[in-house]
Amino acid sequence: MSRTDTYVVVGAGQAGGRAAEAIRGAGFSGRLVVVGAERVRPYERPPLSKQVLTGAAAPDTAFLRAPDYYDEHGIELMLNQRVEAIDRGSARLTLAGGETLAYDKLLLATGSRVRRLALPGSELAGIHYLRDLDDSLTIAKALRAGARVVIVGGGYIGLEVAAAARKRGCAVTVLEAGDGLMRRQVAEEVGDWYADLHRRHGVEIVTGANVEAFEGGSRVQAVRLADGTAYPADLAVVGVGILPNVELAADAGLEVDDGIVVDACGRTSDPAIFAAGDVTRHPNPILGRRVRLESWQNAQNQAVAAGRTMAGEETPYAQVPWFWSDQYDVNLQMVGLPDRVDRLVRRGDPEGGAFTLFYLKDGRIVGANAVNSAKDIAPTRKFIETGAKPDPDMLSDPETSLKKVLKAAG
Amino acid sequence: MADQNVEWHAVAKASELEAEEPEFAKVGDTLVCVVRLDDGIYAINDVCTHEFAQLSEGFVDGCEIECPLHQARFNLKTGKCTELPAEDDVASYPVKVEGDDVYVGLPKG
Ligand SMILES: Cc1cc2nc3c(=O)[nH]c(=O)nc-3n(C[C@H](O)[C@H](O)[C@H](O)COP(=O)(O)OP(=O)(O)OC[C@H]3O[C@@H](n4cnc5c(N)ncnc54)[C@H](O)[C@@H]3O)c2cc1C
Ligand code: FES
Repeated sequence: MSRTDTYVVVGAGQAGGRAAEAIRGAGFSGRLVVVGAERVRPYERPPLSKQVLTGAAAPDTAFLRAPDYYDEHGIELMLNQRVEAIDRGSARLTLAGGETLAYDKLLLATGSRVRRLALPGSELAGIHYLRDLDDSLTIAKALRAGARVVIVGGGYIGLEVAAAARKRGCAVTVLEAGDGLMRRQVAEEVGDWYADLHRRHGVEIVTGANVEAFEGGSRVQAVRLADGTAYPADLAVVGVGILPNVELAADAGLEVDDGIVVDACGRTSDPAIFAAGDVTRHPNPILGRRVRLESWQNAQNQAVAAGRTMAGEETPYAQVPWFWSDQYDVNLQMVGLPDRVDRLVRRGDPEGGAFTLFYLKDGRIVGANAVNSAKDIAPTRKFIETGAKPDPDMLSDPETSLKKVLKAAG
Repeated sequence: MADQNVEWHAVAKASELEAEEPEFAKVGDTLVCVVRLDDGIYAINDVCTHEFAQLSEGFVDGCEIECPLHQARFNLKTGKCTELPAEDDVASYPVKVEGDDVYVGLPKG
């Protein structure tokens, strides 16, 4: 590395922002540029479906850093600029305006975009998706008391929007195609517990709902199912998953497999190019397989690892995947990414509003869903990391601290 | 911290503090997290500097405590923040044990 080198980060989201910080933090003294398509400096997305929607926190609280930080650390932010192409032969990027930018090393943190429905009426006004700050501000404005909100998708984004909309006095219906809520993210019994929670808060939950069309003149007026039922709507919010923004990498000939393929340190198939965050498929040594994660933890910490490595401090990323969601006053945390499970052990009382469900495989913990039980997460992660076998009776007893269960397991 | 600048408050019983099991105490408006480690008892401010979470609900790992909400870490002996997403340190307080009483010294005023 020399003082005259230029490192470029593409994507000024959470991963891009954290990677740039890490590159500087590891001592890189050359030119450091972050090119981002959004109009604002890097921020975190979790508040967009939580505090920003309910109005509990100002949007600025989501920013990673104060505006001065970037100047102070010699990080050039080129916002409102999209990178159109990477020419690896000449090590140059082409920006949307036609300008080019040379790099010595490149880090791709292009993240994800929402999956859009292509149904009759999809183009009507009043149908919203939630990914960026402007989406969140637009939806927040539309959530007026009394408005009828139909949410398509009973995953965590849809449900967080449902909770925020209830808080703002809207009438809320959630249409979920599967037979329960958050089926991709949590155990059935936890999903069912959430269905009850939402119903208690006045949300209408419809499962097995096959959305067929949006109806209305110029604005959406109803969401119609295949069975003919129409749910009247003043606005609709769709949360049906995301897709990784891999096109830039794929077009440049980098190895892509539902995510840009990187090694544990974030290197792509081109040694001058790194990638981090939602857009990567990376090896997880604890799980023993490659994963593409859509999480805050990964966007921060895998990006830090890749940024450091790029600046010369080899840093493999190895953490147990972890994710959370806040709905009403309930904090949900999920740790691990269990693919096979042979036993579930419950700790605490679902009726009482706080419990943890552990996933076990061959006597070892491979994951957990903790409902209002945040303190259970760190010890669970230790169990997953070490492969220690807990005593199931101790595990299910909320009076025995998990620290003790961990010590007893050796 | 010199004794005259702090006010001592009894916050726990030494015999009831189990190793690496954080306890919390409220002194006036200040929330304090008290932990017994191998080499003594330590006290830091209980409120994470990221968002609102009580560190005493967190996990003790060596001489650090991890926030239960987003996994920021703080050194229990110094209050120093060692992992993102928090950036600011928490206050650390002197501790003394007299008989079975654990006292924490908070700044006067
Ligand atoms: C509403 C919402 C709530 C969430 N809540 C949680 C939660 O509670 N807990 C949790 O763990 N995770 C949560 N997540 C997930 C988490 O926010 C994401 O995993 C994280 O944002 C991924 O960060 P990233 O930087 O990899 O990608 P992104 O955040 O997608 O950022 C990528 C950036 O790159 C830009 N970009 C893309 N292509 C180009 C290009 N060609 N040129 C220039 N710029 C480009 C994009 O505009 C974008 O700004 C939530 C996500 C959303 C949307
Ligand atoms: S509140 Fe402690 S890390 Fe976020």
